[in-house]
Amino acid sequence: MSGITGKAFGSGAATAPGRARTPGRKRTGSLAWHVGALLVLAVVLYPVLWVLGASFKPSREIIGSLDLFPTSPILANFKGLADGIADISIATFFQNSLFYALGSVVGILISCSLTAYAFAKIRFAGRNLLFSLMIGTLLLPYHVLLIPQYVMFQKLELVNTYVPLLIGKYLATEAFFVFLMVQFMRNLPRELDEAARLDGCGHLRIYWSIVLPLCRPALITSAIFTFINAWNDFMGPLIYLNEPGKYTVSLGMMMFRDQEGVANYGGMIAMSLVALLPVLLFFLAFQRYLIDGMATSGLKG
Amino acid sequence: MGTAVTLVKDSPPDAPRTRPAAPAAERRRGRRENLAGYLFMSPWIAGFLLLTAGPMAASLYFAFTDYNLFDSPRWIGFDNFTTMFDDPRWQKSVEVTAKYVVIGTPLKLLLALGVALLLAQSRRGQAFYRAAFYAPSLIGASVSVGFVWRALFSDDAVVDRTQSFLGFHAGGWVGDPDWVLYSLVALTVWQFGAPMVIFLAGLKQVPRELYEAAEVDGAGPLRRFWSITLPMISPVLFFNVLLETIHSFQIFGSAYVVSNTTCGPADATLVYTCYLYQKGFKESQMGFASAMAWMLLLAVALVTAVLFWSQKRWVHYEEDAR
Repeated sequence: MSGITGKAFGSGAATAPGRARTPGRKRTGSLAWHVGALLVLAVVLYPVLWVLGASFKPSREIIGSLDLFPTSPILANFKGLADGIADISIATFFQNSLFYALGSVVGILISCSLTAYAFAKIRFAGRNLLFSLMIGTLLLPYHVLLIPQYVMFQKLELVNTYVPLLIGKYLATEAFFVFLMVQFMRNLPRELDEAARLDGCGHLRIYWSIVLPLCRPALITSAIFTFINAWNDFMGPLIYLNEPGKYTVSLGMMMFRDQEGVANYGGMIAMSLVALLPVLLFFLAFQRYLIDGMATSGLKG
Repeated sequence: MGTAVTLVKDSPPDAPRTRPAAPAAERRRGRRENLAGYLFMSPWIAGFLLLTAGPMAASLYFAFTDYNLFDSPRWIGFDNFTTMFDDPRWQKSVEVTAKYVVIGTPLKLLLALGVALLLAQSRRGQAFYRAAFYAPSLIGASVSVGFVWRALFSDDAVVDRTQSFLGFHAGGWVGDPDWVLYSLVALTVWQFGAPMVIFLAGLKQVPRELYEAAEVDGAGPLRRFWSITLPMISPVLFFNVLLETIHSFQIFGSAYVVSNTTCGPADATLVYTCYLYQKGFKESQMGFASAMAWMLLLAVALVTAVLFWSQKRWVHYEEDAR
């Protein structure tokens, strides 16, 4: 299974189930295929194109007009963002989100890869039990932990800091990424680390010099997903951050709506677009890793 | 999720188990492996104890107390639960969430499967469509999309206009208690790309010989789908049903943002976690909110158990899947 590297998609016969037998049928079939696919595409992309178009429209035209793109585009919505929200510069929110997202990525890469290495490469007592527990947390609704974690961080006076948001990432609580990396590591050729063991390498050395470099695709997938999840995260910051100067982009946008609301609808939509950009750019650059990583998660489940 | 089982199955072949009679060196090696294992696992173990197991125990305790975060918790037995069951807003939140899960999840999965089957027909352009359809799953949870959704479904906006044109409903969905939940359903269905990608990967694993043999035997497309495709991708279907159902029970952000933080109008988008949030963080009723969280856990556990129990009947695992 080479899902993550994308090799799975390079092989196999050209036609799939239900192929047509005559050239004529083939052409109609293929036309119908494209029409169907394009229809879905139109619906899927509409909201994205809409926000792109609306961000260049004057506020009062945004809701009522059915034109996807304005006849005379304006930049006022974006220029208005330079004023910031309630005396806080937009850049502050972006810095905060960036800090949160990058901090999460570092944590996930270290903690989840260590845990995954133990599950995949070390034969220790209790491994299977711990693995089942880990999979169990994958299904556990986060909301059961919400209240007690909040109480704990409140007692520790860590509310309104990024510690509650980040600490879980450094303690491998995101089971999905551990799972993804375990799957990947178990598919690495066993001979490599066995040879290294015979040469007297310890686990730390094997982890660092052999397994990690070979796991690059899984690490990249995890890093991008982590970044995007943290960037989009809404509930965590909503609960833990209560000082506008510390707000992430998501919270900044909610504040924007509270303060300017309908009066500056264009500004709100422009901000929405700007907030989406990092995610969309990441997606364009790394879609292969994301989609193949996603596909792999289901196959062995 | 058969994973734990697979793990057990693949460990033995290359290492004979340490027998009691094993030489001392081997036992030492085993001890070293244990030590290494637990050292590598230590972040996870710390996280599990501090952020999962500990809080779960605390939450279970809070569920039986009256606790406002400032005074110490006061034991009140099952009062939170009896209050909850009599609370019309709680009942409403259960109803809203159930409706959302029961309507949204099957629609999303059907669309995901349908589009995956469509895309699997041809390899030309497949990668492009796959990527484009997947994109909404990455941005769907963001506040931005929540804003966009509210705009698209307000009075006089595109959905309203289209509908009025077709003549079956007037007015935006977000202001109408009877319709607003469907805007959230539309939002989750819009994110069908993630399960679709998993379906597509599953479809690629179906051996082509099966289809060829069936075609020789004269099986039509419908028959081939029913007797080959569906059983062969049933593990993937199971995975998608399980994860999508569990996730949709926990919807929060989109309901909160699309409803303009009110979870309304008229509590029409008061999804379970929205009410939990209001109780816990707006009204500081930590005990009540914990009790609510445990009811959610029970519901999710029940659904998971039923799904796992039912999989014997409809999920087909290949003997030599690995």
